Amino acid sequence: MPELTLEPISRTTLALYAGASGDHNPVHIDIDAAKEAGFSDVFAQGMLIMTYLGRVLTNAVPQLDLREFGVQFVAITHVHERLICCARVESVEPIAGEDILILGLEVSNHVGEIKLKGDAKIVRQHVANSE
Amino acid sequence: MKSILSMGNPMFDKRLIGKKYPPVIFPVDAGRIRFFAKATGQTDPIYFDEKKAQQRGHPALLAPPTFLTVVGMAQDDPFPHVADLNVPLSKLLYASQRYCYHAPVYAGDTISLVSEINDMFDKKDGALQFCVIKQSCTNQDERLVAELYGTLVLPS
Repeated sequence: MPELTLEPISRTTLALYAGASGDHNPVHIDIDAAKEAGFSDVFAQGMLIMTYLGRVLTNAVPQLDLREFGVQFVAITHVHERLICCARVESVEPIAGEDILILGLEVSNHVGEIKLKGDAKIVRQHVANSE
Repeated sequence: MKSILSMGNPMFDKRLIGKKYPPVIFPVDAGRIRFFAKATGQTDPIYFDEKKAQQRGHPALLAPPTFLTVVGMAQDDPFPHVADLNVPLSKLLYASQRYCYHAPVYAGDTISLVSEINDMFDKKDGALQFCVIKQSCTNQDERLVAELYGTLVLPS
C-alpha cells in the first residue's frame, strides 16, 4: 500500500486536533502546561498519529471494508517531526466466511524512529465478473 | 514474589473488572465530521460533501475511522475510570488503542457509548500495570457500531 509522508507536525495541527477531537489536555497545546507537567514542549496526541495512520488504509480501500485497526503507542511525536505512515499486507486469513487481509502498520519519523506499531484487518473484496 | 520495583504504586483493584460507567450520548453532526476530517488531513469528499457521499452509496457524511474518539471525550470527565484506579491521570500513559468495527457511523446518527473496565494485568513482576477500558458504541437503532479498547499503563 502506498506510504503516507506527512508535513512536519505543527503547533497549529495540535491545536486544531484538540478542538476537533475534544481532547483538551493542555500538554498538547499549551507550552506552559507542558512544562509544568515536566515536558520541555507540547507534543502530539497519540490519537492524532493513529488517525494519520488510518488515512493510509482509507486511501487504499473503502472504509467500510475496514474491520479492525489497532496500534501500540511506542514513542512521543514532537513538534516539527516528519512522519511516514506505512502499511503492508502480511497474510490473508479466512475468518467467518470472509477473506480477511491482515496488515502490519508502522509510523516512524524521517530518521526511522518508530512512533506507532499497529495492525489492521480488511475484508478482501472479490471483483465480480463484468456483465 | 513482587520485585522491589513494584513497591512504588499500589496494585490496581481487580474487583473493578467488569465495572461499567453511565452511557455518553453523542449526536453526530456533519459539522463535527468536517472539522475532524479537516483537522486530520482527510481530503476525500465523503467526509465533507453530502451529495458526493450519497453518490458513493452513503446516506450522509461518513465518520472517519477514529472519529469515535470524539464521543469518549464528550463528557465533563472523559476518564471516569481513572478515579477508581486511585492514580492521578498524569501518571498514566496511553499504551495502545484498538477499534473493532461492526457498522458505519454517519452524520445524523446518535451514538451511545458505554465504558467498562475490561481487564487488568501486570508485566515485569508488577513494575508495569495495565488497565484495558472497553468502550461499546451503539447507534440510535441500538445497533452495535464499534468496540474500542484503550489500554493505559502505570509505570512504577
